[in-house]
Amino acid sequence: MLSIKNLHASIEGTPILRGINLEVKPGEVHAIMGPNGSGKSTLASVLAGREEYEVTDGEVTFLGKDLLDLAPEDRAREGVFLAFQYPVEIPGVSSTNFLRTAVNQVREYRGLESLDAVKFLTIMKEKMKLVEIDQKLLSRSLNEGFSGGEKKRNEIFQMAMLEPKLAILDETDSGLDIDALRVVSNGVNKLKSPDNATIVVTHYQRLLDYIVPDYVHVLYKGRIVKSGTKELALELEEKGYDWIKEEVDAAV
Amino acid sequence: MTTITKNKVTDLFLLNKPTNSNFVELRKAGLDYLESNGLPALKEEEYKFTQISKRLEQQITNFKSAQPASLSKVLVQKAIFEGFDGDIIVFNNGEFVPTLSIISQQNYSFSLLSDAKPEILGSIAKVENDPFVALNNLAFNDGVFISVPKGKKVEKPIYLLHFNQANQGQVVNQRVLIDVADSAEVTFLENTISLDEESYFSNTVVEVKVAQNSHAHYYRLQNENRQAIVVNNFVTDIHRDATFTSVATQLQGGMLRNNLTMNLLDSGCEGNMYGLYLLNGKTHVDNHTNVDHTKPHADSNELYKGILADSSRGVFNGKIFVRQDAQKTNAFQQNNNILLSEDAIINTKPQLEIWADDVKCSHGCTTGQLDEEALFYLQARGIGKEQARGLLLYAFAGEVMEHILYQPFQQYCTNLIQDRLGSKF
Repeated sequence: MLSIKNLHASIEGTPILRGINLEVKPGEVHAIMGPNGSGKSTLASVLAGREEYEVTDGEVTFLGKDLLDLAPEDRAREGVFLAFQYPVEIPGVSSTNFLRTAVNQVREYRGLESLDAVKFLTIMKEKMKLVEIDQKLLSRSLNEGFSGGEKKRNEIFQMAMLEPKLAILDETDSGLDIDALRVVSNGVNKLKSPDNATIVVTHYQRLLDYIVPDYVHVLYKGRIVKSGTKELALELEEKGYDWIKEEVDAAV
Repeated sequence: MTTITKNKVTDLFLLNKPTNSNFVELRKAGLDYLESNGLPALKEEEYKFTQISKRLEQQITNFKSAQPASLSKVLVQKAIFEGFDGDIIVFNNGEFVPTLSIISQQNYSFSLLSDAKPEILGSIAKVENDPFVALNNLAFNDGVFISVPKGKKVEKPIYLLHFNQANQGQVVNQRVLIDVADSAEVTFLENTISLDEESYFSNTVVEVKVAQNSHAHYYRLQNENRQAIVVNNFVTDIHRDATFTSVATQLQGGMLRNNLTMNLLDSGCEGNMYGLYLLNGKTHVDNHTNVDHTKPHADSNELYKGILADSSRGVFNGKIFVRQDAQKTNAFQQNNNILLSEDAIINTKPQLEIWADDVKCSHGCTTGQLDEEALFYLQARGIGKEQARGLLLYAFAGEVMEHILYQPFQQYCTNLIQDRLGSKF
């Protein structure tokens, strides 16, 4: 589904990603872990098409298409979804209008009929239950005045509405309390299917108790330096990242 | 080219003396003022960023008052927007056109200034306010007088519709006087349609008296041709417990200067000033607002927002006076701008003079670019870049539009704005 080969990216001339290789198949959950500044969020941003990052080498194909060649909106329409680490507050844009515009543009791209107000609301109600989000939140401006947990929940709600093929969760768990984490993870788990895949970028092993990964990758200095199964995450939780750093730095 | 500061000004404008022989004192006051002061000179502080005299010299070749243009019912029909239901007062190059107007006089009365000769004419907008008030005094032929009697509510809006076409760059003078009596209520809409793309100079004075406990709303759209030079002096006297709200939507013109003054004359009154300028091309829009708090317990609220593209220019100058007697004043002012191009310019200046010591006054202004992070967020959800931009800009602008309480007009302005921003949803 997603194939990343030798991906290099930099910001303002500073290299951040230095040769990432990753294969993600439908139905899989990949966790990407690593110490601060290792390039986790950069990877998520580059995949979603954030313009500040310059891809200097390598390629990314998504369902056979050159992902890097697509505008951010077209990546979303093809089925890539990025749950933001810091969702943006947008005063004056109603959550509902925004979502309807988004859903219908995605549907149009995929050759589907656009949803009328009634159908849209029906689907919205159904998905709201999934992430236990309150109607009140959605009648406000997009993310405006939302708590951290509410913002993250809204990200997962948007994901439910847009039904992506590949979801990238960028530190969705950071700062959440246990209850919020449970709700968000439940949402993600309910949206999982054999046809879609999830990349979970996280700093904390705790999230992986709720969203169980098939693979765990450790990112350090812009490269994936270790891959394994969920046991690797537990090992990291126990021992921290230092032993990996030492291993890598010793090899250089 | 002659200079039209001092001396020359009266010669130029008296090329075509008003045919109407009324308003002798008013005209004399105007003449006296201009003979000793002239039009704003290049260094004049109040007109520093808006060199109107220079622009007039460059563009106006003939300072005669414009002759009536050719109007028709079809043109008026075209200017009526969806959902409108109310009276229409049509002006042709500043002169009232009875045959095309619809004036029910339902709970209000209408007359020409020359017939009514209202005493308050010229007492609200004074020559000292602005040289262009003096010029209007001198040059307007006749105007209209609308009065709402005590305790009456004019249920439907009154739409002042101007058609301007002063080829050869002539002058259009408009004069309107509105008198809203105690506990009355009324809503006005105003729009100006340029019939062609030629230069003209339109000099408007609107005076409004909002008497005790009354409520008046004035919603104005400025969307004129790209050569139009417009000076608008709008002055309101707001009396005890009365509320006046102005919402200005400014979309196009050559050089537009709006002097909006609210005199809060007594306790319990409220003056609201909202404005949106959405500019492109070389449009220059200057909003000079002035709130004068004279007595305790009065409120003023002001929000002007601007989006400037291409090489357009905006000027915002917000004066708030709080006089010594005006304790417990609440005065709020905000001006926010988004610049969409390197060449767009905004000059913004709050100007507060507070002589009372127990007041709540705040002001703030911001100027920035479109929020790129927000744009990316919307794109990352599948919304196309152009539409995402439009959505964000409209979100910024929409806050002003909410203050237009007459829905069909709000919708009309919103549609124009969304067309301009390229976002319909």
